[in-house]
Amino acid sequence: MLVRLEQRPEASKSMIYVSPLIAVVLTVLTAMVMFALLGVYPVKAIETFFIEPVSSLDGLAELLVKATPLVLIGVGLSLGFQANVWNIGAEGQLVIGALAGGGLALAFFDQQSIFLVPAMLVCGVLGGMAWAAIPAWLKTRYNTNEILTSLMLTYVGLLVLSYLVHGPWKDPQGMNFPESRLFHDSALLPILIDETRLNVGALIALFVVVLGWILISRHIIGFQIKVIGMAPMAASFAGFKEKRLIWLTLLISGGCAGLAGVIELSGAIGQIVPSISPGYGFTAIIVAFLGRLHPVGVLFAGLLMALTYLGGDSAQITMNLPNAVTGVFQGMLLFFLLASDVLIKYRVRFGAPKINTEAAE
Amino acid sequence: MADTPRLELIGITKAYPGVIANNNVSLKIMPGEIHALLGENGAGKSTLVKFIYGVQKADAGRVLWEGQEVQIASPNAARKLGVGMVFQHFSLFDAMTVEENIALGISPELTKGDLSGRIREVSLQYGLPLDPSRYVHTLSVGERQRIEVVRCLLQDPRLLIMDEPTSVLTPQEVDELFKTLRRLSEEGVSILYISHKLEEIKSLCHTATIMRMGEVVAECTPENETARSMAEMMMGADLVSPERTGRKVDGAIKLELRDLNVVSTHQHGTDLKDINLTVRAGEVLGVAGIAGNGQRELMEVLTGEVSCENPTAVLVDGIAAGRMDPNERRAAGVGLVPEERLGHGAVPDMSLWENAFLSAATRMNLTKNGFIQVAASTEFAEKVVEEFRVKTPGVTHFATSLSGGNLQKFIVGREIMQGPGVIVVLQPTWGVDAGSAAAIRQALINMAAEGAAVLAVSQDLEELFEISDRIAVICEGRMSEARLAENVTVEEIGLLMAGIGLEGEPAHAG
Repeated sequence: MLVRLEQRPEASKSMIYVSPLIAVVLTVLTAMVMFALLGVYPVKAIETFFIEPVSSLDGLAELLVKATPLVLIGVGLSLGFQANVWNIGAEGQLVIGALAGGGLALAFFDQQSIFLVPAMLVCGVLGGMAWAAIPAWLKTRYNTNEILTSLMLTYVGLLVLSYLVHGPWKDPQGMNFPESRLFHDSALLPILIDETRLNVGALIALFVVVLGWILISRHIIGFQIKVIGMAPMAASFAGFKEKRLIWLTLLISGGCAGLAGVIELSGAIGQIVPSISPGYGFTAIIVAFLGRLHPVGVLFAGLLMALTYLGGDSAQITMNLPNAVTGVFQGMLLFFLLASDVLIKYRVRFGAPKINTEAAE
Repeated sequence: MADTPRLELIGITKAYPGVIANNNVSLKIMPGEIHALLGENGAGKSTLVKFIYGVQKADAGRVLWEGQEVQIASPNAARKLGVGMVFQHFSLFDAMTVEENIALGISPELTKGDLSGRIREVSLQYGLPLDPSRYVHTLSVGERQRIEVVRCLLQDPRLLIMDEPTSVLTPQEVDELFKTLRRLSEEGVSILYISHKLEEIKSLCHTATIMRMGEVVAECTPENETARSMAEMMMGADLVSPERTGRKVDGAIKLELRDLNVVSTHQHGTDLKDINLTVRAGEVLGVAGIAGNGQRELMEVLTGEVSCENPTAVLVDGIAAGRMDPNERRAAGVGLVPEERLGHGAVPDMSLWENAFLSAATRMNLTKNGFIQVAASTEFAEKVVEEFRVKTPGVTHFATSLSGGNLQKFIVGREIMQGPGVIVVLQPTWGVDAGSAAAIRQALINMAAEGAAVLAVSQDLEELFEISDRIAVICEGRMSEARLAENVTVEEIGLLMAGIGLEGEPAHAG
């Protein structure tokens, strides 16, 4: 029997949503084989990885805390990716945004004000935007490749952070540790559930998802983003300004990353430390694609990715598995997703091609 | 021997998902015969030819080559049998010479020895003047086609396939080509000639096979048919010629180009030089010209995708529009139809209503505070579909799901339904089936009759003579004076297209 891939007359709309689910199922199955080979009982391993981390209130809260930056950045990036603007430097924009917001908290470390947190959030957004504005300006002015410039600026951003925590912003009473002062209470995001780290940031992320959804599906800017990504010539025919959209998408994604940074700082960490993010800015790229570049998809993908972080920790602690398991999971997920995306444009057929047999002779 | 066909196809069938491109197609080509393969776009001509040239495999059917059953597995195998093909789109390297290009496209044995001598010999013998040492980018389109023909002839073909060879030629160049083809035919070379230009087929071909929707519907001797009767066989329906009321060329000036000079933004593009043109209310102005003579640049300037340095180089209703972007022009009342349907005039993977929104958002007020008015856009798209008889299951379907003719009707309709005072159309019916083409031409004529100014840029002279009140010619970026259509002949237009000025007019040839 012959198995063939046959081109669909029209791309399958349902497959766009089914394909990520297929990818998740295949990832889990493959992971079970992998666990078995590692000498661990597969079902138990999957339970440790996917169920255990979220079987307590604290675990669930932690999942949301980790998903918050992923979703925030993922929504911003997905808008840019749809317009073929490849901002790879969200990690750097996150750091600079965090520094802008954190700097404000340090400047007013001895003062109480209900305006401090909102002002920090605004500074975070502006910081991320400023960092993303550099690749935007270089691209629109000198036609540089934003993939390279935004990525390189990430390392610059990390060095700025390093300089500040080792130098001017180091806590004067901190025994020379490379950390800033602890933020004052009024510089911390309100906690939603006591005894957990779940903070208002999660609600902000949810709000950004809704905002992004409305923008991409109903607003003229979202329409322009889609058209310029799918058919640049049609965009110029319609009179959409490409440069303006490059600026806009980079500023939005940079702003989202900056916001994520300041939320992580003021919601989950509480001071400026040398390592603010475990690579959220990069993981968010996978989140954006896994979520089909759609804000609602990004929400689910962000939760799933957050779970692989937690699952990796949990597998490490209880089953003695290496931490690399997290990376393996994320890699497999992306791999299977790309593979099952073939089914959007093709369908599987069994047997020889059907033809009008009476015409054969 | 003369009774054995050079090539015989029996029961060729090829199915793609959802369509049968060829259904039980049989065809016989005798030695020395010029055989026309005639049909609308999508009738299955290309599929059949790809099969003969070994580019594609059929699902069923047999091929006899001079009485022997053969399998043509690849273009190489086809060339070995003696099949040569001149494609509609040339595959030439601009930065190489004629000889180098020919050497690249033929079997290595043939490149040995004095290739340029043989090129000269063949080109002289068949009246295809060609200098082997010239660089391709310096050649006209007609000359480039000669390279392809000579390349085939060097391999001593016994069957030559020509796919729409005249679409890029001036009428004079067409005559030259026909002489060559007739000569080849006298020498016993069979020619499979694919075209939808009926007058050409009548004058050139001995027999014709007519295809419709993947099947052979008729075989005829073109000499004994009229262009009309063949068109009707091709369409399977009666052909309606566009109707028009009296010509009107004295309306108010709606669109004016004044000393328009534009440097092309494309590689190997054509700069526009000193173009002056007026289009008046109530008239259709046709612009003829061979592809690549500045039509694309002209269209970009008219749509506003490229802006002019001088704002008064383009005037719409007397208002300087040279620096307006496409949306400002639409607001000023200009409707625009670009050449490429998919990817330029419409977004392939977007629904019809979104594609209606694409160009109609400004003029039809389809946004509110920046938000898309989905209901209003859908309604507008549905009106276009209904008014222009676009065949589609609904406006939520993607633009790619429509056939070329239906999509073009939708795009033209989308612009017309916005009620513009000026409409600019590039290649209005390029690659469109005859039925849709007739409908589009009629719609343009009707627009003019209702008082709009229509500017149609086309390579199809038959079409221009059918719809235009006045005709101008663009050649190497210069525009000839527009003349009344009834006072100008196809030959005169042909000379202008080739860059040879008419008497009393300065020659525009560069």
